[in-house]
Order: sequence, then structure tokens, then C-alpha cells
Amino acid sequence: MTAAKWRRAMNTGVASAVPRLLPSAGGSAAPTAAPAPDPYADSNAPRWLKFLWRNLSPRHVFTLAFVLLLPLIVSPFIIYQVAAQALIFGLIALSLSFLAGYGGMVSLAQMSVAGMAGYALAVLGVSGTASSLGWPWGVVVPFALLIAVLCSTLIGWLSVRTDGIYTIMITLAIGVAFYYLVLQNYTVFNGFQGFQKVYPPQIYGVNLSDPVPFYFLCLFWAMAGYFLIKWLVRTPFGIALQGTRDNARRMSSLGYNVTAHRVAAYAVSGLLAGVGGVLLVWYNGLISPGSVGTGWLINLLVIAVLGGMKHPIGAFLGAIVFILLQTFAIDVIDRERFNLVIGGVFLSIVLFSPDGLLGLWAKLRMRFGPSQVITSTTRR
Amino acid sequence: MKNSKRIWIRSILCAAALASLNGIAFGQGQPVKIGLLATLEGPFAAGGADGMRGAELAVKQRGGVVAGRKIEIIKASSDAKPDVAVNATRKLVEQDKVDIMVGPLSGGEGIAVKDYSKTQPQVTFINGGSGAQATTLVNTSPNFFRFNTEGAQWMVGLGKAAMDKGYKRTMIIAEDYAFPYSQVQGFMAEYCRLGGKVPVKAWVPLGGKDYSSVIATIPKDVDALLVILGGADAVNFLTQYENSGGDKPMMGGSITVSQDVLNYRGKRRDSLVGTISAGPLADTFDGADWKAFVADYQRNYPVSAGGYPSPSLFAFVYYVNMKAALDGLAAVNGDLSGGQAKYRDALQKMVLKTPTGDVRLDSNRQAIGTTFVTEVVKDSSGNLSTKVSRKVDNIDQTLGIKPEDFKMGSRDVPACP
Repeated sequence: MTAAKWRRAMNTGVASAVPRLLPSAGGSAAPTAAPAPDPYADSNAPRWLKFLWRNLSPRHVFTLAFVLLLPLIVSPFIIYQVAAQALIFGLIALSLSFLAGYGGMVSLAQMSVAGMAGYALAVLGVSGTASSLGWPWGVVVPFALLIAVLCSTLIGWLSVRTDGIYTIMITLAIGVAFYYLVLQNYTVFNGFQGFQKVYPPQIYGVNLSDPVPFYFLCLFWAMAGYFLIKWLVRTPFGIALQGTRDNARRMSSLGYNVTAHRVAAYAVSGLLAGVGGVLLVWYNGLISPGSVGTGWLINLLVIAVLGGMKHPIGAFLGAIVFILLQTFAIDVIDRERFNLVIGGVFLSIVLFSPDGLLGLWAKLRMRFGPSQVITSTTRR
Repeated sequence: MKNSKRIWIRSILCAAALASLNGIAFGQGQPVKIGLLATLEGPFAAGGADGMRGAELAVKQRGGVVAGRKIEIIKASSDAKPDVAVNATRKLVEQDKVDIMVGPLSGGEGIAVKDYSKTQPQVTFINGGSGAQATTLVNTSPNFFRFNTEGAQWMVGLGKAAMDKGYKRTMIIAEDYAFPYSQVQGFMAEYCRLGGKVPVKAWVPLGGKDYSSVIATIPKDVDALLVILGGADAVNFLTQYENSGGDKPMMGGSITVSQDVLNYRGKRRDSLVGTISAGPLADTFDGADWKAFVADYQRNYPVSAGGYPSPSLFAFVYYVNMKAALDGLAAVNGDLSGGQAKYRDALQKMVLKTPTGDVRLDSNRQAIGTTFVTEVVKDSSGNLSTKVSRKVDNIDQTLGIKPEDFKMGSRDVPACP
């Protein structure tokens, strides 16, 4: 189906949903608006289809079509080095922006958690170093994710009793400690050189290290992470987590266990970072202490802030901009000064829009887009 | 009628504009794109910048044209991490579509780029400055060439010099990664064969600040210390060793005895006189080609423009590798057709004239070349400098050991306690 057909189909869908979208036009206050009449309520379509019809809008379809058709449009280089890498770092940054945006906890150790999964993959699985145990990937990958979740939970358990800058300090300390551990330990982590030749497996004759299959692998897990977070923040757990972010004391007096919610959030973010870490090792084909150094701990925060933490898509937007700059800035000024371009762009984005790219988008929409009905609680 | 005339005029104008843009290129055949990768960030940023100078110098000496084809250099930067180096190389190869790739700078990067080169058989990879042994020993790549000698080769001759000085027992203090492993092997292969003993090897982390625990373990009965530490680490070690009252004579690795160490001001400064070391170049070598190279470097990159008083190791090895790339291109008259088969054949068979003598390649496409043993001397005005005490030619990668007996250097190999 062509994009134009999709758009027509979707437009009719949106038009029929209009009465639901504008309940406040009738005069009632937005938050207490009665549930809109659902045009699909009485059809006997399956539930998931109804869900899709209700929630899908043209931009979703466009984005989906775009990411699915991207391999046909651009070169394998762009697919692998820009798109796949951005999806991986987007996924790891998502784990941070989930913690920071919905839990109010800025953790600098997310890259270390990703690195722990990566190191677990290299140490237990197959690599070019003799000290690897050589387990099959089907066992190693779940194990690596389990280790990431456990470590992240532990980090969370250590750091949730603190607030603000102290959380940052504790997680930074953990991140730096992990860096020095893998740098100086030779018996397990092989020190400065790390592990080479950690490649993704072949499944049904498909070599996952080829650009296009690897891109779809990353795309699948990035979307899985994205929808997991989108779903999670609407569940009772997610709402309670946001409550602890806004006023921990009040939530506590309402009978919520604030610490438990925060530690659970760390566990979820550990899972996301772990998946990202496994993909990152497969992407690079190697892992060395440089991948979990202080530079990358900070870069991850840059990605999350750059994109904006108010919505899960921000992490991916930030990652795309970051990777594009990192790859192509040297073409803009081809001397030793190209890091200036990167820094300049970051500075201007953060300066003009404290909410990152998402904030910029919202500002533009407010100025040029159709006037919006402000509904404070419901989200499409 | 009128319309078509206008289109005619426009297209002629367009064609003229295009021709003037590409005029030079059309006149001399297609340009050759060469990717140049060095570390412009991270711990070796200064060395990487000098490496770029060396490579540019090789292009300048040919006027930017080889066999009628213009040389177009596309630069990329890494920060001495292997993943960053592969990303930068992938951009040059797959996005910018370079024909020849020169780089990277450091050891771990070299191994990673060599592994990547296997997936890109249409491009010829020539090393930049990296000196890890494994790059051309284990799992070699048919399109990766290295015209500089590596860490172990750079230390050949030092073992004999140490025995001549009467150092029968030596303690080694070196950083804990691949490059110093190679350096230690290069020294010990010869030293142990001549009857020297190495009772203790202390491996210290890269960028360490505190050496007191290492200094405390130095045995009383060793005759000398072999210190293989990079610039700032070496100065830190010297200061702390002096403060703790140490008085053993010193030997240095290829990157240890450099200008920043020689400019070190302390009570023990005079004891540095007589320190022996080995490496692929020597500032004061009096070969005519070397002097011409240094003069050329100084003319193109005066100190006022950011150059060094004398070309650094990285400028030298990048110069050599870029010169090899261009000489090979000249040998085949700019012909890169047939999957660059002719070009690679020419590289393989070439006897490369470098400022320090001729270089040939072995069957693993690794350089066989020259090493200098140097000694620190004090000149009349009280400045320390290095003097060439011996020149060793034709050193191959297995250091003269039979390939089947040769084991790659590591923390425990070789050993002669």
C-alpha cells in the first residue's frame, strides 16, 4: 500500500474520531470529560485491532513505514553505522530517560549496566580471546540480560535513598569503579584490550552481522523497548512512579513504598540497558574498557538531554542527532576542530530548548501548528 | 523555439561551470581518494596530529599528484579506542569510498581495523602508526600492509647493548597492554639468549600516578631497570624513584626516552646520561636521507606553526606508510583496476626507500627494517640528547627466531628469571 493511500485511510479514521477528541468543545472541563463515544465499540473486530484503530495516527504509520523501508532508500553504511548505532544508543539512553523523566533519578551508571551485559556476553560466550568460556549464544544472552538486571537493581538499591546530585555522584562513582575494574583486571575482563571478535550469531542462514538484518534486529528491540516504556508509564506502577517523582513524601504517606517503586524502575531500566549493551557489543564486534569509560557515561546523558526526557521517543531523536554529528561533523570542518561543531550544536539545542528536541518540536507546533485543545491528563 | 534555445544556453553554461570545477581532474585522470585516520582526540591527540603532518608531507613531496592522478586526502579521527577507529574507517571506506586507506595510530585500533579490512577486499589498507605484533602475525588480512616495524622489532639491539654495559640482571617496569608486551619481548628475546636474567617484571596500569609500591619491590641485586612507560608516566616514575633514593641505572623503551623525559629537571637528571634505548628513529642519525627528511619537515611545519623541533615517531611512521602508498601507486602508473591486484603486487615487491634505510615486506605484508640503539649524552651546553650507538638492519617480525618457534609476547612470554 502506498503512503498516500495510507494517509487517506488514516484521515478518515481520524475524522471519525473527532467527536472523541474534542469533548471540551461541548463546554465540560477537560479532565472530567465523559468518555468519548467509540465508533468501533460495537464492531466485533478483535481487541488489538480496535486498539490500533483508536490509537493509530498518520505520523505513526509514516514513521513505521519509514523505518521499515529505510534499507531500500539509503546505503548499507547509513543503515549500519548511523541507523543501527542510533537505535542501540537510543535504547540505552531510553533506560536513562525512563529513570530520569518518569522516576526523577538521573543515573550515570546506565552505560556501565550496558557494559556489564556486554562483558557478560564476551566473557561467557565466544570471542577471539582464549579466556572466554564459549557458551552458545542462546544461553549467554539471557544470562547477560539477567546480570544486567541484577546489577542495575543493586545499583538502584544503593542509590535510591539519595536525591538529585547525590544520586548522580553515587552512580558516577559506580560507573568509574566498573571502568577501572575492567581496565585492570586481567583474569576475567582481559584488561585494556578487552574482547575482540564477539559477533552476532547466524540464525536460519541469516548472518545477523550484515547491515540490513542487524538493522532490523536493532529496530525490533528498540521498538520493543519503546512500547514497553509507553505501556509501563500508563500502568498503575508507572503512575505511582511518576507520583514518587513529583512528591515522594506524599506518595509515602498515601501508603506507597517509594523505595520499592524506585528499585523496580532501576530493574526495568537495567533490562533495557542490557539489551542495548548486547546489541552494542555485536555492533562493534568487540568490547574494551573504552566503551564504558567516563566519556560514554556522560555522552549517554547528553543523548537523553538532547532528545528530551518527557517522552520515550526523545532518547531515539537524541541518539540520531548525536550519531549523525559524530559521523559527519568532520566533513563540515575538516581539521582538528570538528569537536567544536558537535559542542556548538549541543549547546545551541540545550540553550534554545531546555526540553531538548522534543521541546523544540512542541514550540514549533505551538507557533505554526493547528490550535490544540489542551487536555492535561489524557494522552493519545 | 525560444524555449529550447534558452535550455541550450543553460545547459552549455552548466557544462562550462562543471568543466571548470573538474577541469584539472579531467586533464589528469580520476583523482585517487586516500583515507587518512589518526587520533585527533584522546591520549594520543598530539601524536595523531603529528602523524597527519607526516602523511601530508609525503603527499606534498609529490606535489599532490601521482602518475597524473590527483591525490585527494580525506581525514578522519579516532581517540585510540578500537571501536571508534573501526567506525571512522567504515565511514571513509563505505561512505566516502576511498581507494586506499592509511591508518590507524595505536595498537588495539590496528588489530580491529585489520579485522574490518577482511570485509572490504576492494580497498587496500596500509597501517598508520600502530605497532601491535598480532596485526600481522595472527589471522592476517590479505589487503592489510604495514611498512613500519613494530614494538618488538624496535627493541632489537638493546639486549646486546645492556650486556655490553654489564647489566646481567634487569627488572622490567612496563605498562600493562599489548605494545609494552611487544617491547619487552623484543628486549628479552636477545637479552635472555645472551645470558641476561629478568627476575621481576612489574606491569603497571596505563596512566598510573603512584609508583611507590612498584619501587618498593625493586630487588637489591638487579643491575639495571628497563622502564617502558609513556611520557608523563615516565616522568612521574623518575621523580618518585629519585625521592625514594633509588640509584639503579636505567634503560628506556622506544617511547620512553623522548624530549619531555630528557627535559626533566631533577637531581637525578645527570644520572640519565648513559641511559640506553632503542627505536625506529634517532633524532641525531646522520644519514643523508634522514637529514633531508628532517629539514623538509622543519620547513613545512616550523615550530611556530605547531610542528615539533624534530619529527616525532608518529610523524615518521605515518610518513613512511603514506610514502609507500604513493610509491606503489607510481610503480603501477596509477592503475588501481582489477581489484587493485597489480597495486598490491607492487606494494608486496617494493623496496621502499625511507629516511632510515630500505624497507621490504615479508610474506605477512609486514615491514623488515632498521632499528637504532641510542644512548643519552650531555652536550657542551649541558643539554641532554640522544646519540646513535648502533644501527641494526634487516630486522624481521620474528626477531630472527624460526617462525614455528616464535611465540607472541605477553605478560609471561618470554621468561628468564
